[in-house]
Amino acid sequence: MTAPLESDDRTPAIEARELTRRFGDFVAVDAISFQVRRGEVFGFLGANGAGKTTAIRMLIGLLAPTSGSATVAGHDVATEADAIRRRIGYMSQRFSLYEDLTVRENIQLYGGIYGLTVAQIRARMDALLQRLGLEHAEKKMVRALPLGWKQKLAFSVALLHEPRVVFLDEPTGGVDPITRRQFWQMIYDAAAAGTTVFVTTHYMDEAEYCDRISIMVDGHIAAMGTPAQLKQDSGVATVDDVFVKLARPQLAGTAL
Amino acid sequence: MSSAFRGFVRKEVLHLLRDRQSLMILLLMPLIQLLLFGFALRTEVDDIKLVIVDPAPDQATLALRARLGASGLYKIVSVIPTTTGLSEYFERGRARQALIFESGFASRLERGEAGRVQLITDATDPNSGSTMQAYATNVILRYEAELRTARGDGTNGGGPIRIVMQARMRFNPELESVNLFVPGLMAFVLTLVSALMTAISISREKEMGTMEVLLVSPLRPWQIVVGKVTPYVALGFANVLLLLTAARLVFGVPIRGQVALLLAECLLYTVTALSLGVLISTRASSQRTAMMAALAGTMLPTMLLSGFIFPIDSMPAWLQLLTNVVPARWFVVVVRGIMITGAGLEQLWQETLILGGMTVLLLALSARRLAIRLE
Repeated sequence: MTAPLESDDRTPAIEARELTRRFGDFVAVDAISFQVRRGEVFGFLGANGAGKTTAIRMLIGLLAPTSGSATVAGHDVATEADAIRRRIGYMSQRFSLYEDLTVRENIQLYGGIYGLTVAQIRARMDALLQRLGLEHAEKKMVRALPLGWKQKLAFSVALLHEPRVVFLDEPTGGVDPITRRQFWQMIYDAAAAGTTVFVTTHYMDEAEYCDRISIMVDGHIAAMGTPAQLKQDSGVATVDDVFVKLARPQLAGTAL
Repeated sequence: MSSAFRGFVRKEVLHLLRDRQSLMILLLMPLIQLLLFGFALRTEVDDIKLVIVDPAPDQATLALRARLGASGLYKIVSVIPTTTGLSEYFERGRARQALIFESGFASRLERGEAGRVQLITDATDPNSGSTMQAYATNVILRYEAELRTARGDGTNGGGPIRIVMQARMRFNPELESVNLFVPGLMAFVLTLVSALMTAISISREKEMGTMEVLLVSPLRPWQIVVGKVTPYVALGFANVLLLLTAARLVFGVPIRGQVALLLAECLLYTVTALSLGVLISTRASSQRTAMMAALAGTMLPTMLLSGFIFPIDSMPAWLQLLTNVVPARWFVVVVRGIMITGAGLEQLWQETLILGGMTVLLLALSARRLAIRLE
């Protein structure tokens, strides 16, 4: 269980140990522990208010843990936030590109912020636009793009600096089913390329696409495993059923 | 890292240039405010329509008439020999003031007798009435003093040159009121605009959710804060130039000190005001809150506690102490010093240092706030 300080291949991409966050008397995240392997697609589920957002904010360095610890890409969230920032990508549930900048300007901005050279930015931008079929839209304002394209573009931009871990906070909210499917294909491609994907979602069908999922209930992790395992353990047919069963307080904890 | 910062500043400039409407508002609003406040707050009156009743023009009455005409305050609408028909000028609004000489004015003065004049002023509006009276009195008293000096007579008031006026007013330095309040107005307008600019820029980013992405990126909080402020410094400085030009062209406010120093101080204050705005908007969660907080948090102190409208000397001691934390209070001293008394850095270095210190402190606090605000 002791994580080496150097991040080699065996180091978990994300590791939380008794990670806790209190707000006054309220314990938003209560001593959660989990590991995410490199290249894994990890689904982080939970009802609204279960503590998902608080947990994710601690992992990306936006919030200090009250107690416990966590490492991301081998670096401690409490003491090495700067090292983590360079190695992770983040796409919030709200749109993270600038609507009044062109596609190219957005890419240049984020490329520059993450320290890519002009040549790197140019090369990756060309590849990215080609992959998305957006070559024609390079000089278009982002606000002129349809929502689905915007989301896919935002995801690609979050991956522009080739992060070790990418955090996606409800990335497919408000997107049509076809785009969602394409979006998940992009997630698989990223994972295949070695990027660890940490994703929160409300769509239980999406949870089925994850390598492993965890379900948070009232600040605890109530269940964790592959979707198949969880369904089997709960004796139900879908992750949706697992979720409903766990999210009911009187049943919380029985699945552990 | 510096290229990351450059890219960030570039983005801010693009935001600024793309939002034409806001840009126009930010450039024109200060100007309009200066003009509105300038005219509304002005206590003096110009182009006073004056009638002269001069029954027997001589060199003294002609000299006084010329002086009144050359003062830039008066427009002599008519010179008539008798007071008949004079009241008609007032009733019809063709004149607001009349100066009546007695005949033999010059020869009486020469003989050492009192030269008598009567001053009639339209006091429909009591304020401008007393102001007009003060103007005319001032011109006449100055002429009297000149005559005395020219003749080398005694200056202790007992000399033979004496002009006696029926409407006597104490001298009132209101002639300089515009000069005094324009610096305060500049502080006021710059504070307001800067606070608004940063409120728009930072809280928009928070509202959109992009601030979160920036905070997760390797950009440091201070880089975000400084990057946000940088393009607006240019815009703020453009405002300074517009304000100074308008103050000079419209209100004729002099710049007696070094222009370069004045511009440098204005630049410094723009940064101070922007940092204040940043600090306020890092605390507010929405654009609307930020704008309201920026307006309330900067407008009132700047208006009431900077010495802009109410002299600091006449405040109670505890309030005087409080004015020390209002940046505008120091800026007003600096600008008044440079523009009106022609002071240089050797007189104003303390105020400048205080403003500089405040700026650094505000920027540091904002960066800290931004880092802590991650909750």
